[in-house]
Amino acid sequence: MDIKGPNLVKGIHMEGLRVLGLPEQFAEYYYASGADELIFMDVVASLYERNSLSDIISKTAKKIFIPLTVGGGLRTIEDINHVLRAGADKVCLNTAAINNPEIIRKASKKFGSSTIVIAIEAIKESNGEYLAYTDNAREYTGVDVFEWAEKVQDLGAGELYITSVDREGTGEGFDVELINKISSKASIPVIAHGGAGKIGHVIESVKAGSADAVSIASILHYETINQLKNAAGSDKKEGNTEFLKNARSFNNIESTGIEKVKAQMIKAGISCRQ
Amino acid sequence: MKEKLTVIIDYNLGNLFSVKHACDHVGLNTVTSNDIDLIKKADALILPGVGAFGEAMNNIDQLNIRDAIIERTQAGIPLLGVCLGLQLLFDESEEFGHQKGLGLLAGKVKKLPGRSSDGKKFKVPQIAWNSIHATENLWEKSALNSVKDGEYFYFVHSYYVAPENDSEILCTTQYAGMKYCSGVMKNNIIAFQFHPEKSGEKGISIYRNWAEQNDLL
Repeated sequence: MDIKGPNLVKGIHMEGLRVLGLPEQFAEYYYASGADELIFMDVVASLYERNSLSDIISKTAKKIFIPLTVGGGLRTIEDINHVLRAGADKVCLNTAAINNPEIIRKASKKFGSSTIVIAIEAIKESNGEYLAYTDNAREYTGVDVFEWAEKVQDLGAGELYITSVDREGTGEGFDVELINKISSKASIPVIAHGGAGKIGHVIESVKAGSADAVSIASILHYETINQLKNAAGSDKKEGNTEFLKNARSFNNIESTGIEKVKAQMIKAGISCRQ
Repeated sequence: MKEKLTVIIDYNLGNLFSVKHACDHVGLNTVTSNDIDLIKKADALILPGVGAFGEAMNNIDQLNIRDAIIERTQAGIPLLGVCLGLQLLFDESEEFGHQKGLGLLAGKVKKLPGRSSDGKKFKVPQIAWNSIHATENLWEKSALNSVKDGEYFYFVHSYYVAPENDSEILCTTQYAGMKYCSGVMKNNIIAFQFHPEKSGEKGISIYRNWAEQNDLL
């Protein structure tokens, strides 16, 4: 769940954010439909160095009893402590970790490895190399994705959250090559993110990509908008709400629900909670 | 009648908010504390925890609450252990040499293997939803009685417990090509390797059952 201010948003390649609604409503809906974990990303926090998620998290944590992971703009041990105190179970670090890898060691020692998820935003360069970007894929770092994935494990990361920026929001499917290369080498769990356009992509990321978990947004959000249509709308003060008003979906996105995704996964022989 | 008090033992390790939220949700009267006097007068104890066994035991000793936890539990008040809180109940852990636990249950804490005996790779820690399965006949009289055999719960751990007495194993789970103990029950003690407070409504029902069965509401 990408958060901008008080709203749930979604973009393509992490740009062109559109307001979809209120994150609390989506969170409750997903919890009720069987989501196994919710990941809240403050997508503009790194850019403006702000984190507006605490309110959303503290409201959510009182009634939603699945793991809540929070990322975006967390720079210091105090920032991490703050969102954990608000009710997050895990934090997701990218920009802060690349700028200062020692924060991974410090944070995993203080809060436990399993609390520290490292997000890697990967872009495939024209020469075939995968490089890690920061600040929602705006900042070039020159860091090789596979070397970085190994290093963060040594520093104490508990999970890896791998986003293919090239695929993010496109519905073209996960970058299976990227996910598989990281997950088959990693000793810690890898969450695949970026590109799911239909249920088949989710299954492919597990079967061919060796993903330990899969993170999806667009294919669920668009059906959820319809489900929540009668409920209160989004906070109109911020962001572009045109998309919400039109409620049109992308050509590449086959809208679905969590129950349907899980039923198909089980059919494909992937064990998961129903 | 005086309201029953459940103390969530805070030994300065890991995040206890989710346990507190789950307790609040089912109506348990809890306080999160490491105060020895509160532990001594508690009607029930919850031993939560995420993190390292050795550090947890060191903290418990530094807080001087080891004996109070053991005495109250041996006196028969209900104790619910979660995750590391399950592991701490045992004699010892093989984490970083040998670390002594609370010794309320006989057995050892061992590292999850990164490979199964047939060579297949498994991620450690296991951070996943996995299913639990009933053993002998403890299930029906335990806090799992409203949960169906094979239900999924949320696990986060690198170590697992190997109890000496099979009769104390409440449920088992399959990972890394082996079946291991994911829940124990012995008299007033019940403990789980998974996190009921992070396992959706099925997990919350475990807290509710435990509270009702022990007359804590």
